[in-house]
Amino acid sequence: MTDEAVLSVADLTVTIGTRRGAARAVAGVDWSVRAGETLALVGESGSGKSMSVLAATGLAPRAARVTGDVRLLGTDLAALSAARRRRMRGRHVGFVFQDPMTSLNPVLTVGRQIGEASEVHLGLTRRAARARAIEMLELVGIPSAADRVDAYPHQLSGGMRQRAVIAMALVCEPDLLIADEPTTALDVTTQAQIVELVADLQRRLGTAVVWISHDLGVVAGLADTVAVMYGGRIVEQGEVDAVFAEPAHPYTAALLAARPDPDANVTELVTIPGTPPSPLELPEGCAFWPRCSVRGDSRCERELPPLVPVSAGHQVRTFYPRQPTGEDR
Amino acid sequence: MTGESVATDAVAELTDLAVWFPTPAGVVHAVDGVSLTVRRGETLGLVGESGSGKSTTGLALLRLVEPTAGTVQVAGQDVTRWSRRRLRRLRRRVAMVFQDPQASLDPRHTVGASIAEPLAVHRLAASGAARRDRVAELLDLVGLRRDLAERHPHELSGGQRQRVGIARALAGEPDLIVLDEPIASLDLSVQAQIMNLLRGLQRELGLTYLFIAHDLAAVEHMSDQVAVMYLGRIVESGTPAQIWREPAHPYTAALLSAVPVADPPVQRGRQRIILAGDVPSPIDPPTGCRFRTRCPQARPDCAQTDPVLVEIGSGHQAACLFAGEAVRAMRAQPVNASSP
Repeated sequence: MTDEAVLSVADLTVTIGTRRGAARAVAGVDWSVRAGETLALVGESGSGKSMSVLAATGLAPRAARVTGDVRLLGTDLAALSAARRRRMRGRHVGFVFQDPMTSLNPVLTVGRQIGEASEVHLGLTRRAARARAIEMLELVGIPSAADRVDAYPHQLSGGMRQRAVIAMALVCEPDLLIADEPTTALDVTTQAQIVELVADLQRRLGTAVVWISHDLGVVAGLADTVAVMYGGRIVEQGEVDAVFAEPAHPYTAALLAARPDPDANVTELVTIPGTPPSPLELPEGCAFWPRCSVRGDSRCERELPPLVPVSAGHQVRTFYPRQPTGEDR
Repeated sequence: MTGESVATDAVAELTDLAVWFPTPAGVVHAVDGVSLTVRRGETLGLVGESGSGKSTTGLALLRLVEPTAGTVQVAGQDVTRWSRRRLRRLRRRVAMVFQDPQASLDPRHTVGASIAEPLAVHRLAASGAARRDRVAELLDLVGLRRDLAERHPHELSGGQRQRVGIARALAGEPDLIVLDEPIASLDLSVQAQIMNLLRGLQRELGLTYLFIAHDLAAVEHMSDQVAVMYLGRIVESGTPAQIWREPAHPYTAALLSAVPVADPPVQRGRQRIILAGDVPSPIDPPTGCRFRTRCPQARPDCAQTDPVLVEIGSGHQAACLFAGEAVRAMRAQPVNASSP
């Protein structure tokens, strides 16, 4: 488990049939994440960041057609029967979503819900599972865990619920944690607590983490590598320091500049005109072309730029990469 | 926020406002003694986390919630006890833009009809033609094509819908616009567009805003004055630079340290002040200082005395018995420095 990818995805494509036609939610995405490492998938709504992860773990909606090669701990998930895939996912992958109430059953105590996975996947008895649940609640920093284990979700605050979901996700000590906008619905001081908690647990358990977020600040603090998605494709990926310090794609650069920086004192923010494209109406060539400030030539409009290296481990999908000085062309 | 400001340039003024809600579990002290002044042509930013009372404070300015105590003044008039009939006049003077334009626009109405509604309610257009002209003018102002007037909200993007919400708010030429989390549900690339639009309109039309948000960086960017709320109270107020660079209240300092910065080495190496636990219930707020149960610098005095806002610098106020000193102590000894 040293250099081997915990989860790797190659040429992943997700097409969803809708009444208004086929939506190409994800179009040929490659990434992988290793033990103890955090990969951040960044993008705006409709970029395909969540869908690519749901599809990779076999949780895409039924109407979705998924193709590509997905390997969890070296096993080709597509080759498994549905039951074995589910068992493998339950044992090795933990999930935390934006709204803890989508993961929690309102009529069961948090202790039962945390314990359940350890009964199913680790073969613990009901009693041992309860003890394990208390241990997990302590691990995620819930005070008086022995009492809270019998609480129902509605008796906990938003931050506490998300901690309970993290406890549930990590109870089987999974190799991989999928965190889909886990702090978006939380206050910023609670967000800081949760980010800190996941980072700490990751260090202790060596979990691989795929963190999906639209918040570049959060990603800056926790990611090792980052993949920026736009229109169902990765437009830039690499080590987080390189991508943030020298964004090579006009989209990445504009996103980084669009946030107000209280230390910079600017009156006019950099904007990207228009809105992110719908997966139903993706342009032929570069999906960002209609909003791009560089807008090279008609080639951008007609031809899909390939993902090309800009430096070691840093790739970008554009015909006009920004110069590494960080200056505008 | 009252300070020595002369009331003449005040568009809106809240004095000792309290808004309590009775619930089966007890009385929720949503707003509990808030005084603030919004000056003409300026933006007052109101920042706080969920349950701080910032949105309720905004609603009180339109009398959309009933004040339990205190007064609400708009354009020099005390509107605290205005009758329902007179409130219609107030709601022309004060307009509101909500977080989710999808929820605040009638899905069955065209964009044009939604924008024209305040014109009809307040009898601001003499004829159908005059109304259509005004709608076209408002669409121009917010940067939307005129033909969008015929569309329905679901045909627009989130950013376009929020522009419609702003056009609607502008229709009655209000003295004050209350913006309640106007960018929170928008994509990052669209948030900057809306902030630029709001600032541009303010310059052009001399608008006055109360900008309510949980996003400190956005509030800092948009505001002339900032007030930080916690559990129904203003705990600190000042200029954006004062709040950002010299926070004097431990809560403000903790909030600032939790705002993520999109710079990996900086963000990883930051000294964060991680607050313990959650915001206490507004049904039974702590005695003395309301922040003391989570304050890393709480001392015995804090349980005894309920601190009031005191001037600690020119136009800079904080409600902390150990204002300034507590923040310096926290920064020297962070409770929970981020590990490498």
